[in-house]
Amino acid sequence: MDITFVIEKFILVAIIFGISLVIAMYSTYAERKVAAFLQDRLGPDRAGPAGMFQPLADGLKMFMKEEIIPTHSNKWLFMVGPGLAMLTACIGTAVIPWGSAITVGGRVIPLQVTDINVGVLYIFGVVSLSVYGVMIGGWASNNKYSLLSAIRAASQNISYEVAMGLSIIALLLVTNTLSLKEIVEGQHGWHWNVLYQPLGFILFIVCAFAETNRAPFDLPECETELIGGYHTEYSSMKLGFYLFAEYINMFVSSAVMSTLYFGGYNYPGMDWVLLHVGPVIGPLIGTAVLFAKIFAFIFFFMWVRWTIPRFRYDQLMHLGWKVLMPLAIANVIITGIVIAIVEKF
Amino acid sequence: MGTSVFYLVAFLSIFFSLMVIFAKNPVHSVLYLIVTFFTFTVHYILLNAQFLAVVNFIVYMGAIMVLFLFVLMLLNLNKDNEPLKSGLVKVVGIVAGCCLVVTLIGSLKATAASNPLVLQNANLGLVKNLGKELFGPFMLPFELSSILLLTAMVGAVLLTKKEKV
Repeated sequence: MDITFVIEKFILVAIIFGISLVIAMYSTYAERKVAAFLQDRLGPDRAGPAGMFQPLADGLKMFMKEEIIPTHSNKWLFMVGPGLAMLTACIGTAVIPWGSAITVGGRVIPLQVTDINVGVLYIFGVVSLSVYGVMIGGWASNNKYSLLSAIRAASQNISYEVAMGLSIIALLLVTNTLSLKEIVEGQHGWHWNVLYQPLGFILFIVCAFAETNRAPFDLPECETELIGGYHTEYSSMKLGFYLFAEYINMFVSSAVMSTLYFGGYNYPGMDWVLLHVGPVIGPLIGTAVLFAKIFAFIFFFMWVRWTIPRFRYDQLMHLGWKVLMPLAIANVIITGIVIAIVEKF
Repeated sequence: MGTSVFYLVAFLSIFFSLMVIFAKNPVHSVLYLIVTFFTFTVHYILLNAQFLAVVNFIVYMGAIMVLFLFVLMLLNLNKDNEPLKSGLVKVVGIVAGCCLVVTLIGSLKATAASNPLVLQNANLGLVKNLGKELFGPFMLPFELSSILLLTAMVGAVLLTKKEKV
């Protein structure tokens, strides 16, 4: 194996990891600022200019807190839970194309860690694994409320995975490939998939809210019924990991939605820009556009959280199985028929 | 390189399968089983069957084992409410285990070593080729197995219905 290849990938992984952590960190700050904005308050403004250092102060606080492991809990699994939550949150970034390839000194560097030909399914697999962190943590706490919450999380994730998978199938009928790189390249310029799959996108984003346990689907963290949720017994940075994993999940699912439906790093007029600024700056502008889309989605996540109240559990199940799933199946069938007709004539 | 990776992963598969049996706590058993399935996924990748690998990942690790874990967590099995096994059951277990070992050794001795398997197309496991095979020559068995799954689904829904049908 080429040693420069390994170094190149290692640097890319390190950068992506760092960026996801920083974005997750500042998402906590953004969440408070957005909440404050929507509720006509100021939000955090003490630590640094406009409260910019608030996430650092929060992180420091998390690390300094006393670490409590409940006596009758399962010590190993109690520690594995948050770690697993973080791991599954982070590994999804590996297949996302962050930009078109950069050419530096005759060497083409793709801005994607790996382009496996089942990239969409890989994302789907990571999503289906993400429930383990919550389940193991909730069970190992040896607390009835944590267990109930963990089981809620599991059944919610499984239910919404079905509709999510079906909405992806309709998308795959349009794109004809499972590789994320090819999906993005197929949306060159303004041919974004959301124009061809509007219903599929709406289904996908609703399921993404449910999979990331964000409001209005944050039933695993339903304080009024479950004390705190699956992390009731957690303290210090272990609790921090769970909260942090939620923000990383939000970032990754925003990136996936931008990639699958909103053209990834493509934007109208990109060829003209690429021609005029060269093969290094051009792709980086594309990356900046992708991040702008991601931030827009993260803002949307927060906007919804502070606007819509939480569902009841039966409403959640009703929505998942009796509304989203039939709609997703209808979407698959309609897409199939339309494609067949278009290809015929 | 390839063979040593295979032996390492194969060792891990067997090790974690044994841990599934030897773990005292049923929830630990299931967690070891999940790790075992993960090693199977690695095996599929080593065989260049990426589609099977990722489907194994999604279906077994992501869905079926979550349901296993779900049920076991709710049952809350532990030492206090474990049914007592009498001495007779243990003796019967030992005898049955010995019989199984004898049968396995006998059948292993009887089989001749097969010729090394040569893959006709090394890229058969990639999703494009697999799809062409499944929807081409193997269309009928593929569709029939979907009917099997549908039957199982209808059966499961019927079982959960409380009223008499």
